[in-house]
Amino acid sequence: MEKFTSHTGTALPLRRSNVDTDQIIPAVYLKRVTRTGFEDGLFAAWRNDPEFVANKPEYQGVSILVAGPDFGTGSSREHAVWALMDYGFKVVLSSRFADIFRGNSGKAGLLSVPVEQDVIEQLWAAIEADPTTQITVDLEARTVTCGDLVAPFQIDDYTRHRLLNGLDDIGITLGNEADIAAYEATRPRFKPVTQRA
Amino acid sequence: MGRTLAEKVWDEHVVRSTPGEPDLLYIDLHLIHEVTSPQAFDGLRLAGRQVRRPDLTLATEDHNVPTLDWDQPIADPVSKTQVDTLRKNAAEFGVRLHPLGDVEQGIVHVVGPQLGLTQPGMTIVCGDSHTSTHGAFGAIAFGIGTSEVEHVLATQTLPQAKPKTMAVTVNGSLPEGVTAKDLILYLITQTGTGGGQGYIVEYRGEAIEALSMEGRMTVCNMSIEWGAKAGMIAPDETTFAYIEGKPEAPTGADWDAAVAHWKTLVTDADATFDKEIVIDAAQITPFVTWGTNPGQGAPLGANVPTPSDFEDEQDRIAAEKALEYMGLEAGQPLRSVKVDTVFVGSCTNGRIEDLRLAAEIIKGHKVAEGTRLLVVPGSVRVRLQAMEEGLDKVFVEAGAEWRGAGCSMCLGMNPDTLQPQERSASTSNRNFEGRQGKGGRTHLVSVPVAAATAVKGTLASPADLV
Repeated sequence: MEKFTSHTGTALPLRRSNVDTDQIIPAVYLKRVTRTGFEDGLFAAWRNDPEFVANKPEYQGVSILVAGPDFGTGSSREHAVWALMDYGFKVVLSSRFADIFRGNSGKAGLLSVPVEQDVIEQLWAAIEADPTTQITVDLEARTVTCGDLVAPFQIDDYTRHRLLNGLDDIGITLGNEADIAAYEATRPRFKPVTQRA
Repeated sequence: MGRTLAEKVWDEHVVRSTPGEPDLLYIDLHLIHEVTSPQAFDGLRLAGRQVRRPDLTLATEDHNVPTLDWDQPIADPVSKTQVDTLRKNAAEFGVRLHPLGDVEQGIVHVVGPQLGLTQPGMTIVCGDSHTSTHGAFGAIAFGIGTSEVEHVLATQTLPQAKPKTMAVTVNGSLPEGVTAKDLILYLITQTGTGGGQGYIVEYRGEAIEALSMEGRMTVCNMSIEWGAKAGMIAPDETTFAYIEGKPEAPTGADWDAAVAHWKTLVTDADATFDKEIVIDAAQITPFVTWGTNPGQGAPLGANVPTPSDFEDEQDRIAAEKALEYMGLEAGQPLRSVKVDTVFVGSCTNGRIEDLRLAAEIIKGHKVAEGTRLLVVPGSVRVRLQAMEEGLDKVFVEAGAEWRGAGCSMCLGMNPDTLQPQERSASTSNRNFEGRQGKGGRTHLVSVPVAAATAVKGTLASPADLV
């Protein structure tokens, strides 16, 4: 996984709440068995509309998504995170994220940043006034900066540590294999198994 | 200090706990299907890793399998690739698989409980958000993403931050004709789609205790629709009776030891929850959604809401967008809404009890002219049981389509989809834009409302058929 320390880029203002993962990537795109190439499925239904904000020429090349509250609700599909990343997003900002989405994004290296809706509104206004507006998301300092606006954000230390160092979860866990084996030795025998030796 | 049910089950599964890090949680059962697993197996292969515990892993084909001609090769090439990939991965890594055509095939959340693999006090995960279904047995069960699937395959554990706990107490009893589905749709409307976020929710109280296992599964299934990490119900005699005799249930001395342990899995009298909600079951009526998220619902007897009545600006905008998408008029009675397709099925309402209830209402009636009724059993076992009871004949005589098992129109990954602007009354769990087919319009309903709607051709409850 790539290390994430700080990112600066232009942003897409998505003035919608409850952007569920079916909107981020419809189920039809989930049939693939590869790990990359999901950018064409991102917001697929909305992108059919030439007026949709992501289709506007001034918002090409964006790397930060500024969305309404309750982003990433619904289906657990991790493809939603892959689609956002394949499209070029490094960061998503929202006042509230669905739990599964936030977990998925942290694992894949997409930074989801919770900030107050008031901050989102200010960012929307700034981007819409000037689409070349640069936003900086600093994971080290836990801040979002845009012109004079500096907004702190919360992220748990563990996820931050992993993102800053680009650490792979499985590798970390397998480092504690002895603990897993010790636990397994204590499991009661009435627990079910799917196949017997 | 007492502990809640969720805390007890959690504590029993902590492999490693370090301050400042999430707990490393042991996973008792890992369920797998064709859509969210290919990239996980690919990851194992790339890293040269094995499946740590194939004996705690079970795979089934459900999300995109056809419900017609299932003995033929799958026509859609991409669906076929996913299914073939799962078969190849299961064989390579030694995972038990119930493929299309197998008597144990079906929706992963229907198959686990009916095999007796879902038991109280377990931790159960699957790359599917409706894994919360299994919480009905007093298990901690939740959906995970594909990289977590890979993590569980490789280590049989997951790093997880301990969620907060919430109690939803449902006092009194549900009125006649009101189901577990109406209860959960009502609750989601009250809390919004983010109301449960960060919590493991324990449903309790008289109305919950009175539910069958099927009803409890319906409630826990839709926990995710109000944002909860998981939903749980304390195991009791109803739970034990359901599990006993199932193929993978413990037997003999193991059964006694299991039940003795399961009986300890209740919230202690002096335990406290981080949040509590209390609901009066008596005030709940048949409930349907009018919008494009599960929180946009109303009693069937109500009118489509007027967006300007919403105080919150985001709610108002969301309602405006929803009515436009759904092709509904503000103030229009919900009972006047004409429905093209009725879908009975899914991990929410595709179990035998659901089919019995639908058949009981449909019996002696015909599906309305211009409406189609699709009945899709949650598993092959459910299908066979229904046929043994003659339910299939009731559906077919009424003019319904009787299909094979799978997720089907719940998410339209197989050929069972809505056309643009086609309207459904669906016993499934999500009414998102395009969920059941591009441009399709979904109303979430209970089984009785679905069955009555199929007969009337407009949103209706069984009382409207008299």
